[in-house]
Amino acid sequence: MEFYLTALVLGLCLASMSLGIFISMKIFRIPDITTDGSYTLGAVLTAILLTHHCSAMLIIPAVLLAGALAGMVTGIIHTFVKIDALLSGILVMTALYSINLTLLGRSNLPLLDVQNIFSSLTFFSASVFNNLALGFVFISLITGIMAYLLRTDFGIAMRATGNSEPMTRALGINNNKMKVIGLAMANALTALSGYLVAQYQNFTDINMGIGIVITGLGSVLIGEALIKWWNIRSILWQLVVVVSGSILFQLVLAFTLSIGVDPNLLKLVTAAFVLLIVLIPRLKKSE
Amino acid sequence: MIELQNISKVFHKGQVNEVCALTDLFLTIQKEEFVSVVGANGSGKTTLLNIISGAVLPSSGRIRITETDVTRLPEYKRSRWIARVFQDPLKGTASELSILDNFRLAAIRTQPKNLIIGINDVFKKKVRDSIATLGMGLENKLEQAIGTLSGGQRQALTLLMSVMDDTQILLLDEPSAALDPRSATLILKTASELISQYKLTAILITHNLKEAQLYGNRLLQMSEGKIVRDVSEEEKKRLPLSEMYAWFDI
Ligand SMILES: Nc1ncnc2c1ncn2[C@@H]1O[C@H](COP(=O)(O)OP(=O)(O)OP(=O)(O)O)[C@@H](O)[C@H]1O
Ligand SMILES: [Mg+2]
Repeated sequence: MEFYLTALVLGLCLASMSLGIFISMKIFRIPDITTDGSYTLGAVLTAILLTHHCSAMLIIPAVLLAGALAGMVTGIIHTFVKIDALLSGILVMTALYSINLTLLGRSNLPLLDVQNIFSSLTFFSASVFNNLALGFVFISLITGIMAYLLRTDFGIAMRATGNSEPMTRALGINNNKMKVIGLAMANALTALSGYLVAQYQNFTDINMGIGIVITGLGSVLIGEALIKWWNIRSILWQLVVVVSGSILFQLVLAFTLSIGVDPNLLKLVTAAFVLLIVLIPRLKKSE
Repeated sequence: MIELQNISKVFHKGQVNEVCALTDLFLTIQKEEFVSVVGANGSGKTTLLNIISGAVLPSSGRIRITETDVTRLPEYKRSRWIARVFQDPLKGTASELSILDNFRLAAIRTQPKNLIIGINDVFKKKVRDSIATLGMGLENKLEQAIGTLSGGQRQALTLLMSVMDDTQILLLDEPSAALDPRSATLILKTASELISQYKLTAILITHNLKEAQLYGNRLLQMSEGKIVRDVSEEEKKRLPLSEMYAWFDI
């Protein structure tokens, strides 16, 4: 049972990244893989600042800013230098690897005896439930803020940009600026997942971001399938479904581990699972 | 209101597929003039609108709108004067957004897009009343994704969206081409009413010579990137349809 609860909390921690990928992939239709780098960047910053006795709460703005900056660089390379989005993301992701390694100064850093966000707030005495409650409150807040943002005039403009650029240009929207802001937001949210996971797992590893984008992608795909299936129009509910997708994804992985699949094969299982999610709706269509 | 001076536009310059879409074009359009434009496929009509709106920048020449030189001004900044209905019905609206969201965006075309929620009951009522004038029954589908509507319905909505915010220039690129005859008439009547109601300066591109004869107080014919005929209001009134057809005979 505790095994699944752990997966549940991890799903919540990673949900922030899934919301970020929802923004880049679903709203802007940009395949952004800066994710791997900005996720680790969030975790690295968290580790450094925590070991320097920064309060966990104060680290949040720093992590958001760093993630946003990474996304902005990708966005600027993509829109102003006019380089393919995928390549821009790879460039920044690769550069971030060195930056992260330089910042951390070593390949991993345990965070065992520092006060972190999970230990600094107490809702329940049992740590599993406390983690769960904290993750839940945290992600609810983020989901709420995002839902509000996407319903404002600015948010409508953002959502329209991914739909029809001729239209948004004609309606006074600077599409390039919008994309840079969108990628900044997406990677800020991704860095926030790095922040949460580092503290939840009590360590930061320079390789922890490798392939993480596929986890986010899978969560968004699960979310998207459900959004289509239930025909969900409300933005808030769409985000809630993406968060649920993230949790579901971790539960499925936990389940595969529990039936005895070799942990070394976890990334293979992840990739296979994502492929499956993409294929199922197609099989149904071709019926 | 709109002044094009010596405008040329060459696509793919220096390559084998080089096209001169517009050549040494001069055009002055007065305030509140309603210009109809006819011309064969590929004669440069859409490019002319794109040059005015800023979607395409000219290879040479100058553009002035209300006395301001806008030659290098990007499209999104020129939107403070210009609203447009695209030739492709899918371009003018954001398909995954609801009718309401689309109208909201159009209603703040000339304004900054702020972090406030602008869709309230007053706004909804305004949109509903506006859409009801079309008589297409769309006023009860405000929350529906606009992509679920037909091309013609979307084109009709795009037209209404163009006057949601302060507009001085309206560019219509074959707005009725995708529509059935009844809706086509409706769209053009609506457009013509909006143009006189809001005192707009307008350009209407059409392949339908009857439309061109019926609407607008000036008529241009384009051919191979040039304006080859410029017919004033008085001449246009006396111009028989048969003569217009003759323009297109080879
Ligand atoms: N973005 C572009 N890139 C390359 N060539 C273009 C572009 N836009 C237009 N052209 C070319 O410029 C010429 C004029 O095209 P334009 O779209 O202005 O014609 P049109 O008069 O609107 O035709 P239609 O009646 O078919 O809509 C055509 O030869 C077209 O191929
Ligand atoms: Mg055209």
